[in-house]
Amino acid sequence: MSTTPLLQINNISVVYSDVIQVLKGVSLTVEKNTIVSLLGSNGAGKTTTLKAISGLLKPENGRVTDGTIMFDTKSVQNSAPEDITRMGIIQVLEGRQPFKYLTIEENLRVGTATRWGKPYKQDMDMIYEYFPSLIKRRKSLAGYCSGGELQMLVIGRALLAHPKLLLLDEPSLGLAPLVVKEIFRIIKRINEEQATTIILVEQNANMALQIAHYGYVMENGKIVMEGKAEELRENPDVREFYLGMGASGTVKSYRNIKSYKRRKRWL
Amino acid sequence: MRKLWFHPCGNFSNRYEQEITIFETDFGRAAALLGMVVLFTLVPFMTGPYVLYVINIIGITSIAAIGLNILVGFTGQISLGHGAFVGVGAYAAAIMATSLSFPFWIAVPVAGLVTALVGMVFGMPSVRLKGLYLTIATLAGQFIIEYILVHWESLTRGTMGIILPSASILGITIEGDRSFFFVIFISLIAMTYIASNIMRTRYGRAFIAIRDNDRAAEGMGIPIFRYKLLAFGVSSFYAGVAGALLAFYLISISTEPFNLGLSVEYLAMVIIGGMGNIAGSVFGATFITVLNEVLRWLTDFLMNAGILEGFQLNVAPLRELVFGAAIVLFILFEPRGLAEVWRIIRSSFRLWPFSY
Amino acid sequence: MEFFIQLLVNGISIGFLYGLAAMGFVMIFKSSSVLNFAHGELLAAGAFIFLTLVTWAKVPVFFAFLVTLAGSFILGFIVERLFLRPLIGEPLIYVIMLTVGLASIFKGLMLLIWGGNLYIYPDFLPSNLSIQWGNIHIPPVYVVAIIIGLFFLTLFGLFFKYSSQGIYMRSVADNQTASLSLGVNVRRVFALSWAIAALVAGMSGIVLGIINGINVHDLSSVGLKVFPVVILGGLDSIGGAIIGGLIIGLLETFTGGYLDPSLRDVIPYIALVFILMVKPYGLFGLVEIERV
Repeated sequence: MSTTPLLQINNISVVYSDVIQVLKGVSLTVEKNTIVSLLGSNGAGKTTTLKAISGLLKPENGRVTDGTIMFDTKSVQNSAPEDITRMGIIQVLEGRQPFKYLTIEENLRVGTATRWGKPYKQDMDMIYEYFPSLIKRRKSLAGYCSGGELQMLVIGRALLAHPKLLLLDEPSLGLAPLVVKEIFRIIKRINEEQATTIILVEQNANMALQIAHYGYVMENGKIVMEGKAEELRENPDVREFYLGMGASGTVKSYRNIKSYKRRKRWL
Repeated sequence: MRKLWFHPCGNFSNRYEQEITIFETDFGRAAALLGMVVLFTLVPFMTGPYVLYVINIIGITSIAAIGLNILVGFTGQISLGHGAFVGVGAYAAAIMATSLSFPFWIAVPVAGLVTALVGMVFGMPSVRLKGLYLTIATLAGQFIIEYILVHWESLTRGTMGIILPSASILGITIEGDRSFFFVIFISLIAMTYIASNIMRTRYGRAFIAIRDNDRAAEGMGIPIFRYKLLAFGVSSFYAGVAGALLAFYLISISTEPFNLGLSVEYLAMVIIGGMGNIAGSVFGATFITVLNEVLRWLTDFLMNAGILEGFQLNVAPLRELVFGAAIVLFILFEPRGLAEVWRIIRSSFRLWPFSY
Repeated sequence: MEFFIQLLVNGISIGFLYGLAAMGFVMIFKSSSVLNFAHGELLAAGAFIFLTLVTWAKVPVFFAFLVTLAGSFILGFIVERLFLRPLIGEPLIYVIMLTVGLASIFKGLMLLIWGGNLYIYPDFLPSNLSIQWGNIHIPPVYVVAIIIGLFFLTLFGLFFKYSSQGIYMRSVADNQTASLSLGVNVRRVFALSWAIAALVAGMSGIVLGIINGINVHDLSSVGLKVFPVVILGGLDSIGGAIIGGLIIGLLETFTGGYLDPSLRDVIPYIALVFILMVKPYGLFGLVEIERV
């Protein structure tokens, strides 16, 4: 831990439209070449955290009002998204947002926007190697592709930007379990082969903690727990609230009043 | 006697009627009454014929602008054909007054109804069209109506124009600026009253719902097509009445003024006055009409002063320029229009010196 | 028969010009969803810059042409920068009215500078460009119009299909947030599309000026004729703009030739209403791909 971390978020708060405070002092650290997963229930502020990093708060009238976000050694809070992406932070948006009227190949080419004018052919081949199923659809409009293909497309598109830090927002959303497995396998591979640091926001905590090195749990705009992925997996509270298992390994029951009280402590 | 209503320090309405009331305080009601008294007793007798003419034109224009505001500001359907609808109203009144020799007080409302019908026909594309496409369809409506007015010569006498007989109500002949002042402003007040009250009924709420989100409005059970047509109809009715009054007031009409430029002018009034605000339409109409007159006066002055002898300067380019600049500046700096400026001024008086 | 073919040729040439004018319009709409009511004024601006350069400044024609294009390009850029950028994200009506206001300002400025007179360019097109085919005569300017139309159609087709910048422009039109997340410079895309649109408009203005003479009112009213053209072709289809232009051009010349000349100016709008009733997104407009 002697080197500086790739990303260091220091006690940030985020406010939308000057009234709605979503993040209330979030701090997290991401070491180089790791996968960090960010867990939490809906509305906990996971997506907002990602958008704060990538600068995409601005179009939604949001602002980092406090704290700092350091990427390498530069502070990036409230910078324009064009500048942030050029530094190597690329976010893959939630819910697969392809360019529907562009073909798969053209979609991928948009990914090269941050290094406009430089050759990209080789990278294209690399993407097709990671996601072989995209090859045969390369000339078809993205609007007509299946959900799994689209998820691969948007991840591939982001990879073409050669990100140092990749922000993945719920890559498993609405996909079949086998496809989810495939995608997570590829995410792991990308992390290992490309030395890309990844922040992974997931509802599927089980899958996320299997490939992640480190994890954070968010509730109500705050980080409530952090730790190594294995430790989190073993933690009884995480097991119960996010992995859907009771302490004894059985499926949990809401009738259990003790569980409710433990849950309250978190919020 | 009940207690007088003053401004409470917060929103304490506990009945729906209080929420939708036109006058929040009795003071406002009194001010409106006083204003009307002044309007009818002092204004027509203390102004010269030219000023009275301008005021009358403002009154007529306000009626049409209120109509357009119902369509654009409240229902969210952008129309570029309002000028043509005013023309339809003017011609309907002129034809009824000459060929059918309808009396004034029948010709005006019937002209409104005819225009409402025409407006609904040209509002038909709104079944399937939204936003930009509908705007372009109304633009087409503008050109088609203009063409019909010019070329259906057996009915409209084409470019020759029509000269109307003088108007009379109950045997009293209405002639001259002063008597028309009363007719126009009584109509304006009636039409304003009707418009503000439409907006307080289920129809008005349906219009606003359609403006804010037509899909959601449909989901709530509002038959959006019927209401859009109704909005077109009401809006054109206002345009028709304004056109008819204009025709009787100016005595002779031709097709020329009812062009796209007029439609744009009406849209500008709605925006500059404030969209979705009835009083705003009156502000907007006043602003644009006065602007037109000032520019005309200014260019006349410059021409006579001989400063610009060498240039072929006429009123048109300067008017276009200032008019465009007014629209652009309002959109960039005060998109909610004069109504908002008025509100700010009023509340800063009310709250002075503690403006928080 | 000869009359028919002559009309056909005229219709096609005029159609290409309308198509060309509409192309710039479509470009703005495609990238930033702005309906530009000031397009006719951009057209006129191009024609007048060229006129000033050629007749008063006596600049050689080819050089003047290039300068005009550059000037139009910069004009478009400035307009976007000053007026449209603050309005990003505002409701439709404000954007529409802003361009209407701009149209008014431009028209007023041009009338102040050049007045409402009709000017003509000196005759500079080589007469050997004209085509004589039996009794049918195609004047050089129509030939030039068709060549320029085809040239730019191909150019833009290739630009949007293959160049990176073109693909970025389409991606912004498609999904703005996703483009932002990938580092596409959305503001540059907007500025560029306005600049290119103004450039194309300026060029069509020059050619139209050669055909009909240069007059502020006439040229700016062409900007309104663009609406039936783009609706026919679909607001977001470059190829559709050309086809729409051809249809409107032919419709106009044939109505003018066989029916009533006065119907000429209104027939495009009548066609427009019918098309909108039958096909609300135009003939070649994208049908919304809706996925939930």
